[in-house]
Order: sequence, then structure tokens, then C-alpha cells
Amino acid sequence: MEFADLIKTPKLDGVLLHDPSNAGASGATVGTLCITGHHLLLSARQETSQELWLLHQNIDCVEKKPSLSQNVVVGGLITLKCKDLRIISLEIKCGKEFFNVAASLEALSAIQNTELLYPFFYRPMYSILEDGYTMFRPELEFAKLISGVGMGGGSSPNVANITICMPSTSTSTLTVGAGIPHPLQNGFAIDALAGGGVGGVGGGALQGPQASCEWRITNVNRDFSVCATYGATLIVPKAITDEQIVLSAAFRDGGRFPVLSYRHENGATLMRSSQPQSIQGIKRCRADEAILNLVLGRSRKGFIVDTWGKGKSNTETDLHYSQWKKVNRSIGNVSSPASILDSFARLIEACNDLGCSTDKWLSRLESSGWLSLVLNSLNASCVVAQCLDQEGSPVLVHGAKGLDSTLIVTSLVQIILNPDCRTVRGLQALIEREWIQAGHPFASRHRFSCYTPNQTRNKTSGATFVLFLDCIYQLYTQFPCSFEFSTQLLILLFEHSHFSQYGTFLCDSERERNELNVHTRTTSLWSYLNRPDVLQTLLNPLYEPNANVIWPSVAPISLELWSDLYLRWVIDQRSSATVMSQIQELVTREKELRTQALKLRKQALELGQEVSTLMKSGNDT
Amino acid sequence: MDFTRFMNKFNEIERQLSPTSALRLSFDNISPETEEPPDGNKRLWGVPVPPFVSEKVVSWIEEEFHEAPLFYNGNSVLKKVENVRMIDRYNTKNPTVGTLYLTATHLIFVEPDSNKETWILHMHVASIEKLPLSTTGSPLLIRCKTFLSVTFVIPKDSECHDVYTSLLKLFQPVSINKLYCFNYQPNKDDFPKNAGWDYFKLEAEFKHMLVPNEAWTLCSMNEKYELCDTYPRQIYVPKEATTLMLISSSRFRSKGRLPALTYLHNNKASICRCSQPLSGFSARCLEDEQMLEAIRKTNSNTDYMYVVDTRPRINAMANRAAGKGYENEAFYENIKFHFLGIENIHVQRASLQKVLEACEQKSPTMSAFINALESSGWLKHIRSILDTSSFIANAVDKGVSVVVHCSDGWDRTAQVCSLAQLMLNPYYRTIKGFQALIEKDWLAFGHKFSERCGHIQTDAREVSPIFTQFLDCTWQLMSQRSEAFEFNERFLLILHDHVHSCQFGTFVGNCEKDRLDLKLAERTFSLWGFMANHLNEYINPLYKPNVDEAIKANLAPQCIKFWRGMYSRFESGIHPREPLGDLLLDSKEHCNSLEDHVQHLTKRIASFKNYISKSAKKLQDATSAPSKVSKELSSNEINDNKYNYDKKLSELSAADDDHPLKASNMSFASLSLSAEQSSPPQALPEEINSVAVDWKPMRNVTTCSCSTPFDQFSKKTHCWRCGDIFCERCIDKNVALPGHDSGKPVPVCRGCFRQMQKQSP
Repeated sequence: MEFADLIKTPKLDGVLLHDPSNAGASGATVGTLCITGHHLLLSARQETSQELWLLHQNIDCVEKKPSLSQNVVVGGLITLKCKDLRIISLEIKCGKEFFNVAASLEALSAIQNTELLYPFFYRPMYSILEDGYTMFRPELEFAKLISGVGMGGGSSPNVANITICMPSTSTSTLTVGAGIPHPLQNGFAIDALAGGGVGGVGGGALQGPQASCEWRITNVNRDFSVCATYGATLIVPKAITDEQIVLSAAFRDGGRFPVLSYRHENGATLMRSSQPQSIQGIKRCRADEAILNLVLGRSRKGFIVDTWGKGKSNTETDLHYSQWKKVNRSIGNVSSPASILDSFARLIEACNDLGCSTDKWLSRLESSGWLSLVLNSLNASCVVAQCLDQEGSPVLVHGAKGLDSTLIVTSLVQIILNPDCRTVRGLQALIEREWIQAGHPFASRHRFSCYTPNQTRNKTSGATFVLFLDCIYQLYTQFPCSFEFSTQLLILLFEHSHFSQYGTFLCDSERERNELNVHTRTTSLWSYLNRPDVLQTLLNPLYEPNANVIWPSVAPISLELWSDLYLRWVIDQRSSATVMSQIQELVTREKELRTQALKLRKQALELGQEVSTLMKSGNDT
Repeated sequence: MDFTRFMNKFNEIERQLSPTSALRLSFDNISPETEEPPDGNKRLWGVPVPPFVSEKVVSWIEEEFHEAPLFYNGNSVLKKVENVRMIDRYNTKNPTVGTLYLTATHLIFVEPDSNKETWILHMHVASIEKLPLSTTGSPLLIRCKTFLSVTFVIPKDSECHDVYTSLLKLFQPVSINKLYCFNYQPNKDDFPKNAGWDYFKLEAEFKHMLVPNEAWTLCSMNEKYELCDTYPRQIYVPKEATTLMLISSSRFRSKGRLPALTYLHNNKASICRCSQPLSGFSARCLEDEQMLEAIRKTNSNTDYMYVVDTRPRINAMANRAAGKGYENEAFYENIKFHFLGIENIHVQRASLQKVLEACEQKSPTMSAFINALESSGWLKHIRSILDTSSFIANAVDKGVSVVVHCSDGWDRTAQVCSLAQLMLNPYYRTIKGFQALIEKDWLAFGHKFSERCGHIQTDAREVSPIFTQFLDCTWQLMSQRSEAFEFNERFLLILHDHVHSCQFGTFVGNCEKDRLDLKLAERTFSLWGFMANHLNEYINPLYKPNVDEAIKANLAPQCIKFWRGMYSRFESGIHPREPLGDLLLDSKEHCNSLEDHVQHLTKRIASFKNYISKSAKKLQDATSAPSKVSKELSSNEINDNKYNYDKKLSELSAADDDHPLKASNMSFASLSLSAEQSSPPQALPEEINSVAVDWKPMRNVTTCSCSTPFDQFSKKTHCWRCGDIFCERCIDKNVALPGHDSGKPVPVCRGCFRQMQKQSP
């Protein structure tokens, strides 16, 4: 298929753009419309006015309103509702062109073939300093995870040896990076067998790091045959054989057997999986039980946290998992990704209606259910974090398929517990580990967004990742000094996860990405983000590393609507940008003054000395 | 027993130095070295008085205790109940056990284990409720006007009853003369009694707007409150208005509140305020019509003006039946009449009640909370006040004059007039300007503070959160445009506290006449005097003085937020864990300290260099000049440029702060300048040591060195000398540091204070 076939009108003059967010007094600009394979361009061809560049992938929904004159279409209004929540309209004064443009945009924004998407055509204009695709290699990330290195902002100086047991070969030593700032500089090896951890904070009676189970990396899923949605490299208890894994995978929905997600500094581990399958006849799976029992180690109890809701998902039987206590913490009444998107759509619809009454707004905000979802997600994450941090018990989290609500909880837990995840690199690593490699189907979930009418959206679309970002935002508002990044990074992630020139969020799973060679044919978002000049704009001026666990308030009154994102096209958010720059100014000034004061002190003392000597000699003579 | 009682009393006096009522403070931390020298003979009820207690305090306690039996049925003077459990909302499982003290002015709960105290000023109590008996005792629910709500469970029912009945008598005096302000004595070196009473003069405020001028004049007819006793003596009216017009218009208006100027914009458009006309269904007053026409004519921009009735149309209609009502467009020429629909005081009171219920829900879900908030209608009312204010501000900004009234013109009218001015004029968005605005539109033009805030026993139907709403609307504007305001949230909260506390005479009485009759300026302290001593706490660190003249409120419902910091202020645990405002303010102060220090060092370096170059010249006369010195001289010049630049910056920031209290610092600055010239280089290390370059990070500091635990209500203050963090009580000294150029007294901790005194005998 050629793009040219889809583009019926590549260029059109005299198009009127209505952009309420960028409205001057008139609210409309006239310009020339160009449609290319991946972009929509609108230029007024004046140096003063800004050009509009819109990625077709950004278009969520195209609405046509033809204007009739004597029953003949003489043009009309094309309203483009975008995934970045913006709504703009193009007014076209020719009936034929009106249909052509609309049809082109509809076709181009609905391209299904991943290989035709922009990331496969985009070539960065800058040289890549660090390749984002190799920055967070699972082996390295997992090594960090089990050794507990990187806790405390990555500045930990401990040096340990790691010998990672590769499944087939004998033990080979890997050199891995630990520090967040320069991952490959202070290379050192970590001994996973020694189970070295920081250890033992969670109370004396509880298990120490030694008591926790030993881990190994398995390549059993190297051809994605055991689990289609997992990555190739996974981490499992050392004593579990690959055969047992295959058995456990058969027992679990979609083959998502329990894998290690996070290991807390006190040795308590967080696992995730999918629900047990509900196939007739399969009552239990000894291999699955063995995995969990090994994880349990010497601690007497563990928790299985169900994020889907009691009775809606399958759970492990009490009989066969007797030491595991089941906890229900559902994210919503219906926790399916589609219902999360429904809720998000209702929220955005309410946000866009500025003319309604206060009562109406509040009742729509309430009935959207979005803030409830946020609250419940935080709540569930706090419960899990508490089990890990305070009880020191292992926790297994699963919803139904383990692709959505499960991931929200396991990743939020890590942000709450692990200071590393509150840095820019840490968040990238977390998203890479817990979302991208863990098989969150970004392509399916974000194919349609909140503006596509409910009935047109398919069941696989969702807004789980948006919900996750909102939860981080809530944590950020409560701990505005504990995050290295500003909320700008979260907004950027929101956008790039929906439409991007980078390949990071392409496809549904590692398997698909491998098939399309995404890693070699596209650029990683992280490669772009970590360029110093880009990074600079995403940092939080108030950041001071905070090694503590951050326990958020989960009272309804503590939640805040993320107006910087949801209202940004309809309500001027410049004020909050001003505030940010004012803060930046203040913090910089404080630092500068401090340096200046120290420098002047030194100088003054030296000169004072000199004056004293001169005075003395003056007195002498 | 007596000694405990005495200590208790003493602490109470100490306590009164602090601004808010419900702070938790250390009980037994009185450091001897800072008080008066011992006097061996003093005894109180046979107990030796500790050496650090002054004569004045002893006599005051004796006086108080003589009177006290009157309140307590002649029995015990001070009620003390042990083993009381305090339950707050989020702490229902582990109530804290402690001792409850009832004094003449406060209810104090002391937790012996955690060194924490809760102080409740009787004036702040809004309601006391005895709840049904439980297994652990009798619960007493106390709700405060500051939105603190606590339950004390008292083991014995009889004791609970005693506390209950005593509180009932104490919390709301019958007579205005029994208010707290008539007893309140601040620390002697805090501020003088007259401080603050003369900060604001109505004439000066109008002069600020260039009134009187060719269109507006001072009317002398209210000198003795003949025209209207709830108005100020000085009222400004159009020059064209005749005596007859003024008298007739005042008679034609409810409570005599004739149209008078409150704000004149720089484009001749004005805001005038009044009460509703006594028009009934058909009555008219020619002079009142002429009066409005005269007001319109003061502004030549347009041939019409707005008359804004802030009430909903239906309310105004209903008033017509009572012989009141609104202006008839047919009779009043050239006016455009608007109803704007702010509900009356009763609706607002009920709405606040529902807000508090929403906040007090036990383990609410998100939906329950939003639903409760919606059904309270509070945000809707806030929005309609802002909406009306914006309407007025927009009209004035476009050059159209506005006359505003509601019913009596002292509730809604006060709200919208002051808010419109806040939007229009950057002056009112400064600390001083905001105080002036309150002085003018709330205090001078009359607002029934005594009734609305329930200062004294009154009809419960007269209580209404009108002023609270004004502060809420201000907060809404602040959260939309934070860089446009000089003050911060704490400033608004302190104002709210003291509007209700009656600790100061400022908000006592309902109008200017009341305040003169009560001789408040002589008998009580002014809140403005108190605030002037704490200005640094109220600064918005993000304030940018030069932002746009007029600011516009965004009135979309999505932009009107619930003010958690006010209505849920005392609920620990729901607020951001890292309070941005406090942290930034702290950074700002740190910058100030460093700037001052840098300036001092620069001066010192300059004078050293001067000395060196002089002696070098001397040497040069004798021998040839060493090249080293001349090199240093050139670098000196570069440094001087930097210094000049810094100085300009700091002068800039000082220039826009012209609060009266600032004046006293000027003399200090000049003093230190002259002193510095002679200070020897040997003093330098000490100067350097007197300023902390690094301040201890605020996060993770949980207790003060006096072991008082910090929670989110407590103000943490850095000692500018050692950089450590202290609670409000441990950092009560302000001294000039030798390492600062300005010689401005700054907060230092007691340890540093002692050291400095040792160093400078």
C-alpha cells in the first residue's frame, strides 16, 4: 500500500483553522493545508503565525459536518479530536475537497500496519549518545533488582559480585552498572547467590535478606512459546526448573506464570502473574505452588492481592495455597481496561464542558468515576507496599490477565518504596520493566482514545497507562520534592504512549517488537529523553533525593484533578508554568548565593590575613 | 496543686504570644536565662515563684484568680481532668490519653508522653456537644470556628458535665466588653499597644486613588454619624451632590446607607456602594435618582452605568413587599440594572454546615465526598461571588461605573466590592493593600462581625461565613494567579483565625462608630500591629510585583477548587507531605540571609583592598610597587560591579515593601555601616561564623531540639546563625548578626543568642 493512495488531497489553500486553545480574538486562522504520509500541516505562510503539525496517529476521531447549500455540499467543518486531548476544526469551503480531506485523514489515522507508522520512517537529526533500547537490558535491571543495588538514589558504593546462573551454560559473570547517572561507569559484579541486600529494615522477627529465596534468570521464553506476552528474559526462583515453569504457565491465564517484579530492601519480594485458568478439570498445579512456596522462604505468610475484584477473577484455592492470605483490592467496580477508558472519556467530556454549572461539573466528575479509580489504585498499591515494607511478607499481585491493573499496582508500589523509581532514569527503567517488557499491549490499548465513541472503540482499548500516570501525579503533588522529574515528563509520556516518532511504545509485546525488529529499525524514546538539553527541561527544581518510603494520603479530599493535563487545551495553564519557572529561579538563586558566599568568605579571610600582617608591620614601623 | 495551677496559668500567658489557638507546644520548656533576674521574696499562694516570672505576671494571675470563681460557681478555680482521651477523625483507633485543663481563656489538652499540647481558645469554640455516654466515658464534641473538631472522652460523667457547663458560659460572652481582647496582654517586648491602630487612615486610602478631585469630594455631613451610623465619618460623594440629595437619598435607603464612593479606578470609572432603596412597589425618591445620576456624571467615558443588585431576582422581589426592593430602570435614567444571584446569609450558613459534614464523613469513598461537596453548594456560591465580582471588575476596567448593593449593603456588597478591587488594582494584592482593603470595605463601611462571627451571644440566624467566603474567593484568585499576590495562604488563615479570636480589637464591633465608642484603640491591641511583627511569615515567595494591572478570574467550574487548607486544616495526614509553600518561603529567607551576608563580605573585601592599596601606595612611595597588589586591584573592580548589581537587586525588593514597620530597620542599617569601618580584620572569623551558609533541610525533621514534635501545623524556623531548625517557641529571639550588612534583627535560637551575648559583653 502506498500512502499516495490514501492521500486524496495533498494540498489545499484557504482552509480555516479553529483552535479554541490558541484562539486570538477571531479564533480562526486561514492557511494552506498539507497532508503527508504521517502529518497534517497547516501553515498560514506568515512568519509570525505558528504552523500546525499534527501526527496522524494523534487523531482519535474525525467528525464531519457538511454545510449544505440547496442540498449540495459546499464544504464543511472537519473536527479533529486528538489523543493529546486537543480539539481543532478545519473549515473547508469546497464540497469535494471537504470529503477528500476527511476521507484521507480517516484512512491515515486508522492505519493498522505497524510498519507504516511514523517511527519506522523517522530518523533523528542528532547523534544518539545512549541507545534507549539497550539501556535497560532485562539482565541488568534484574541484577539490580535482586541485589538491592541502586536503592538510595543509585549512589550506593557497595561493591558485590554477581554470578548469574544462565540456564544452559555454566555460570558466567556479567558486568553491570549500578548508578543511575552513569550506568556503565562504575561497573561491578553482583553475586545473586549471596543474596546480598541492604536488608532487615522491616522488623527483627521478620525474614532477613538471607531468608529470602534465591533467583535465577531463565530464557525458557526465548521464543515466546511459554508466554506470548512476557519478554524473553525472566527471573524466577533458582530452585525452579524450566519444566516447572512450563507447567505453571499452562495453569495461568495467557501463560503469565509468577515472576519477580521487585525486591524490597528488607528482602521481601513482589511477584506478579495472571489469574489461574478456569479450565475444567484443572484444579491445581504443583509447579505453580512450588514457585510460591519457594518465594515464601522462611516467612510464615504471604499475600495474594487481587486487583480485579472478588468473584470476578479466578483465585488460587485456599487449600493448596494455605500460607497465602488473599486480599481483594479492586481498582474499580469493573476493572477492565475498556471500562477504565470509558471512565476517562467521561472525565474528559466533563472537563471540556466549561459552560456547565458547578453542580453539573461536580456530578459529572463524580459519575465519571475517574478519581475513584485513582484513589483505589493508590489504595491497593499502599496495601501491597505495606505488606512488603512493614510485614516483610512476599506479595503476589494479579488481576485477571495481569496486563493492566496488576501492572499499575506493581509499578506504583515500587515508586512508593524505591527512591530509585522517582528519578528520571528510574522511571524509565520502571516503565520499560513493568509495562513494556511486561507486555502491556500499548498498541491495542491506545489505538482508540477517549474521543472515539464508545461503540466504535474495541474491547482491547484502554486507559490503564493514563491511570498509572495520574497516580504518579497524585504522589507528586503530595511529595513535590521527592521526584527528580517534573510533571512535564508525565505529560510527555502520556503523549508518546499514544503517538510518537519513537518506537518505544509500539506493538503489544516483546514478541511483536522482535518480529518487526523495532529495536533496530526505530529510535527509542529514552534515547531522545536522556539527551542533556531535553532532560534539563524535565527536571524538578525542588528535587532532593529522599531515601524514605513515601506513604501518600489516600483520603478522597487529598486527590487533585490533574488540570495541567486534562484542562490544558481549554483553560490557560500558563500560570502553573510561571510558578514552575519562579521556583526554578528561586532555587538557582539560592545555590548561586551559597557558592558566592563561600567564595567571598575565603577571599575575605585571605585579605583579612594580609591586612592584619600589614597592620602589624605598620605598627612595627 | 497550686504550683501546677500556677504553671498552667503561666504557660497560658506565654501561650498568648503565639498567633493561633490550636498549636501544639512544649509545656515545660521555659528557659531561665532569658527572663528577669530572681526575686527571692515573691510567693504565690505560699509557693515560691520561680525566678523567671515577672511581677506583672504574678499580679495578673492573682487578679485573674480572684475573678475566676465567678465563672466556676465558687468552687474550683481551674478545672483539671485527668485520663481524658482525645479523638480526632483519623485517629479513632488509638486515642491519646492526657490531661485536660480549663482556664479562663483556653481549653488545653496535654499529652504527657509525646510532649504535645492542643490549645483551644474559648473564643474559637463554635459549638459544644455532649454525645451519648460510651463505655470509656462521656464524650464532649467541640467544634471550632477554625474548623478544628475534637472529641474529648472524659471518664466521669459529672466532670464532663462540669466542663461542658463551664465552657458554655465561657465560649461566647454576653457582653462585648467581656471579649478576649480586653484581657489580652502580649509579651512586653513584642509590640506596643498603639502599634497598628494608626496604620490605615481612610483619607490616605482615598488619596491613594486621587480622591478628592474635580469630580469627588469629602462629605462632612457624617462627622457625627448623622447620615448613617454604620458608615465611616468620611464619606466621598460626587461634587455635584447637594445636601438635600444626600439627606434624602440616605432616608430613601435601607439603614441610611446612601451611595458612597469606595473605589475610583484610574480611568474615572468608580465603584459606589449602598443598600437597597425603600422603593416598595412604586415609591420613588427624586433626590436618590439625582444622586445616582450625579455618580454617573463623574465618569465621562460612558453615558450609562451599571446598578448591580447582588441578590437573586426573587429575593429582591420579595423585599418589595416589605417596602424595600430595587431601582426601577424607568425612573433612574441611564442605568443598566443587573441581578447577579448571590444567595443570602442563611443559605451560605447552611452550605458551610454541609461542607463540614462532607469533610467529616467517616471513611468516605471518592463518590461520597464529591457528592457531599456538590450538595453543599459551597463551590457554587463561591463561584457566584467571584462571578459578580468579575462582572463589576470588568465593567470598571472597561470604563463603566458601577453602583453595588444587596439588602443592607454590608454582606454581599462588601464581598463583591472588595473582590472587584482585588482584581482591578495590584495594590490590594500586597499585604498592606489587602489590610487596607479590609479596613475600608469591611471595617469602615460596616460588616456585622459580632453577629456574623458569633463573637457574642446572638441569634444563631445572624451567624454566617461571609468573611470566610471573602477569604476563600481570595484564595481562589491566588491559586489561579499565585505570582500576582504578595501574601500567602498562611496570611489568609491567620486573618481568619483572628477575625474569630477577638484577641485583637481590630474586628470587634460592627462599624467605625462601635469601635470608637468601645475605645478599642486605647483598650486593645491591633491585629495589624501583631502582623507587622510577623510579616516574613506571610510573604509569597513567588510574588512578582510587576504582573498585569488587572487580573481576571477564570470562572469555569473546573477552576473553582475546594480549599482543603482551610476547611480541613486540622486534619493531620490529608495534606501534602512536603508543604511547598513553607519550603519555598524558607528558601526565600535563606536567600535573604545569604544576600545580606554576601553584601557584608563584599564590603569587607573592598575595605581590606582599600587598606592594602593604601599601604601599598605608602610602600610605593618608599620603594617600587609590588606587582601583586596592582593585580588584585584590577580584580577588585570586577567584584565591585557585581556588588553594585546585587545591591540594586536587593534595593528593588526593599523598595516595594513600604510597610510602616520597615522604617525602624533603616536606622540599624546606617548604624552598622559606620560601625563596620572601624571593625578590625580579627573580627572577621566571628562575623563569618555568625551566618549559616547551609541550612538544615526541612524534610525529615520531626522534632525540635526541645523534643516538641513537629506536625504540619507547626511552623519550623531556621536559626539564621547556626542553620538548625526550631519550633516557634524555641526561636523567639531576633538579633542583628555581625555577618550581615543590613544589621536587620533576624531569628536566632536560644543557644546562639546566649553565645552571642557572651561574645559581645
